[in-house]
Amino acid sequence: MLRKGLTFAALGFALIAGPALADTTSLPVKDIHWSFQNPVFGKFDQAQLQRGYKVYREVCSACHSMNLMYFRNLGQPGGPFYDPKYPNPNDNPYVKSLAHDIMVSDIDSDTGDPIKRPATPADKFPAPFPNEAAAAASNGGKAPPDLSVMAKAREGGPAYIYSILTGFQDPPPGLTPMPGKFYNPYFPGDVTSNWTGPANKVPPGGFINMPPPLADGKVTFDDGTPSTVSNEARDVAAFLAWAAEPKQEERKTFGLGAMIYLLIFSGLLYASYRRIWRNVSH
Amino acid sequence: MSGHSTYEPKTGFERWLDVRLPIIRMTYDTALNFPTPKNLNYWWTFGGILALCLGIQIVTGVILAMHYVPQVDMAFNSVERIMRDVNYGWLIRYMHANGASMFFIAVYIHMFRGLYYGSYKAPREVLWILGCIIYLLMMATAFMGYVLPWGQMSFHGAVVITNLLGALPVVGNAITTWLWGGFAVDDPTLNRFFSLHYLLPFVIAGVVALHIWALHVPGNNNPTGVNVKSEADTVPFHPYYTVKDGFAISVFLLMFGVFVFWMPNALGHTDNYIPANPLVTPQHIVPEWYFLPFYAILRAVPNKLGGVLLMFGAIAVLFVLPWIDTSKVRSMRYRPTIRLYFFIFILTCLVLGFCGAHEPADKVIPGVTTFTLGDYDLNTMVWLSRIAALYYFAYFLVITPLVGLTETPLPVPDSISEPVLSHPASGPIGTAAASKKG
Amino acid sequence: MSDTVVGANPDPHASGDDPNRRDFIHIAAGAAAVGAVVGLAWPLIDQMNPAGDTLALSSIEVDLSKVVQGQQIVVKWRGKPLFVRYRTPKEIAEAVAGDHADLRDPQTDEARHKPGKPEWLILVGVCTHLGCVPNFGLGEYGGWLCPCHGSVYDTSGRIRKGPAPKNLAVPTYNFVSDTKIKVG
Repeated sequence: MLRKGLTFAALGFALIAGPALADTTSLPVKDIHWSFQNPVFGKFDQAQLQRGYKVYREVCSACHSMNLMYFRNLGQPGGPFYDPKYPNPNDNPYVKSLAHDIMVSDIDSDTGDPIKRPATPADKFPAPFPNEAAAAASNGGKAPPDLSVMAKAREGGPAYIYSILTGFQDPPPGLTPMPGKFYNPYFPGDVTSNWTGPANKVPPGGFINMPPPLADGKVTFDDGTPSTVSNEARDVAAFLAWAAEPKQEERKTFGLGAMIYLLIFSGLLYASYRRIWRNVSH
Repeated sequence: MSGHSTYEPKTGFERWLDVRLPIIRMTYDTALNFPTPKNLNYWWTFGGILALCLGIQIVTGVILAMHYVPQVDMAFNSVERIMRDVNYGWLIRYMHANGASMFFIAVYIHMFRGLYYGSYKAPREVLWILGCIIYLLMMATAFMGYVLPWGQMSFHGAVVITNLLGALPVVGNAITTWLWGGFAVDDPTLNRFFSLHYLLPFVIAGVVALHIWALHVPGNNNPTGVNVKSEADTVPFHPYYTVKDGFAISVFLLMFGVFVFWMPNALGHTDNYIPANPLVTPQHIVPEWYFLPFYAILRAVPNKLGGVLLMFGAIAVLFVLPWIDTSKVRSMRYRPTIRLYFFIFILTCLVLGFCGAHEPADKVIPGVTTFTLGDYDLNTMVWLSRIAALYYFAYFLVITPLVGLTETPLPVPDSISEPVLSHPASGPIGTAAASKKG
Repeated sequence: MSDTVVGANPDPHASGDDPNRRDFIHIAAGAAAVGAVVGLAWPLIDQMNPAGDTLALSSIEVDLSKVVQGQQIVVKWRGKPLFVRYRTPKEIAEAVAGDHADLRDPQTDEARHKPGKPEWLILVGVCTHLGCVPNFGLGEYGGWLCPCHGSVYDTSGRIRKGPAPKNLAVPTYNFVSDTKIKVG
């Protein structure tokens, strides 16, 4: 009975959890390996996060906000610029200098006038546009999405981000993109109305408002990593995966300890259970 | 709470307290010395597991409420602040979010166990109905809790579910407006959902107390379904079932931990990490997995009011089950005919969940176009869910009463102590088997 | 075990092989349960401690260049008022004179400012009695008077009269430059 039930339960999970979504027209995300991908042991590659931050800062941040990120996050344990010498990220001189490079809006406490001042670790990443309407107006009518939790907000997570960034291509013959939009086979959408070819061979993907943001040599990596589109995309996707859940490493470390403890606890309880019940026929 | 008490105060303080507030006596009689059938299997441990689930949800929920802000502009960010800045906030929030799913896994197993072993039959009808009330309250609480993070799924899920009530004739619109506190799901809705989400778990805890009370009057059912005949059939709850439940709980926590620590977002939906936007609905609106079977029943009916009524009917039928079932034998262990229908019923519930996760027009078997009947394509989720919903209701309303009247059950043992005599799973019948099994 | 009597409320502590091992397992399981509860209790308690965003604001920089002598500015630091006072020579003299008085919480004025900068007095503006904010310029010692229960502080912020037990606290701070301090 127990075994039968477990089989049913497993079957049920397979049924429900499996193909939970209907088909989309986009290509499946690219298969790419991440250092943090293993759910139990995976860790972020700090050098990669540093390069990823540079890509975000020099490219993405021109249009995309990261409203949930503070500069201090960069120096917290597990972060791109964490330094064990500075357990308090607000004291980390490198984080301070990174923040100092960026100007943020403030109010002059004496005059009440709006001013710009260099950021401190306690400041949020400033948004590129003052409000959503301004962001939409400058970007073809649709505000670029906030990137704080982007890696958790899309199926495929960082692999999706990587696929989009590296997936731009010329539209196949017979497909005319809408003006100001770009064809990307990894972007969920429907291009049927712009397709003049055979109706059963509509290309996958959709039109995205974002022009291809990356190019070879666009970001110079301090550690000498070749500045290819693929490297830039991979590093910024890793950075966004970290930013979406900065406590991920803490979760895994804590979790492994907790699970080992629970396993031992279960074993002890089972032994205790067997001893208590050994004289009962049931 | 039932029968005579065997508690004898030992110390002077216990005697003093026992005359004034016999709380130790009550604990002793209901939780320690309570005579419990000695043949309960692991399916019976889910009662204890559920109590733990409720405890976890209440403790983590009270903590989350210390940091959460029920305001449309801040709700999403306050949840993310819990994840990012609050000490161990990620742990508490993931425990609460995944705890809801664990709660429903446990409650579904608990319910199917009750169905299989006939735990709803006399004299346990009130016990069963209280359980159904707890289940309803759980669904309401889970739904409102899912709205609180104020992501895209939260918002549009709330829109869809509250609109269900709009199907009611005449009063429908007035009720939805009243529920929303406005003309759409908005700040007032979020505030009242937060308030009720905080309140209902304590109501659940109250009904759970009644549920346990109602359990302790007739005592536990057991896998044979045979009443306890003598003391030889029982063991004291402690230490026998405290340790068995404890072991089951720790194994359950291991599964819980896999989700919390290693795949915390697997049971959620990515769209709920996009802040709510009333102007754009996500591509696929899907409720949490534990609502999917009912969602499939809702969509199986092409009429709005009909779908809503059928969906609520699927739960309502549970309330009257004790009076629908005509069988004199409790446990399906001795009812091979209904057992077969019961396993099909479990499969049906899973199929309904499968349909609920897909678009109604999706093909069941991709690429096959031959199953058509007139204008209807039978190879679609909506038709599969129609067939499954039909079986769901037929199981309760037709199969259960008819099989009870027509079947020939296997011989039922005289007492719990001698179940092996007619256990269908056992081999050649032998009297020695009973005492050899240790 | 085949000869065991069926059922009949068997006593778990009866019969059995080695009592030590039996007890050890139950005790170990019980101890592990207690350990698990304690282990989980810590995150549930620690969550009430200041969160990351709160800690980030725990140090501030104050620009002194706009404060004139004899003036005091009040800034909010960790949710509490911080008194930044540019003392006059008269106030400093009074404070030094007070070093030899009968003090409840003995401390020299020297110890309450940075070396060579007696004109700058930085204080947490919270009365050490029950947490009210004292006002400057009142009271008989030329310093602060707490409106709640009448504690009187001198020009060095030391308690001279009233129910408060301690001097006004001097926070950890340092001069980043001649005109700027960092508190916290």
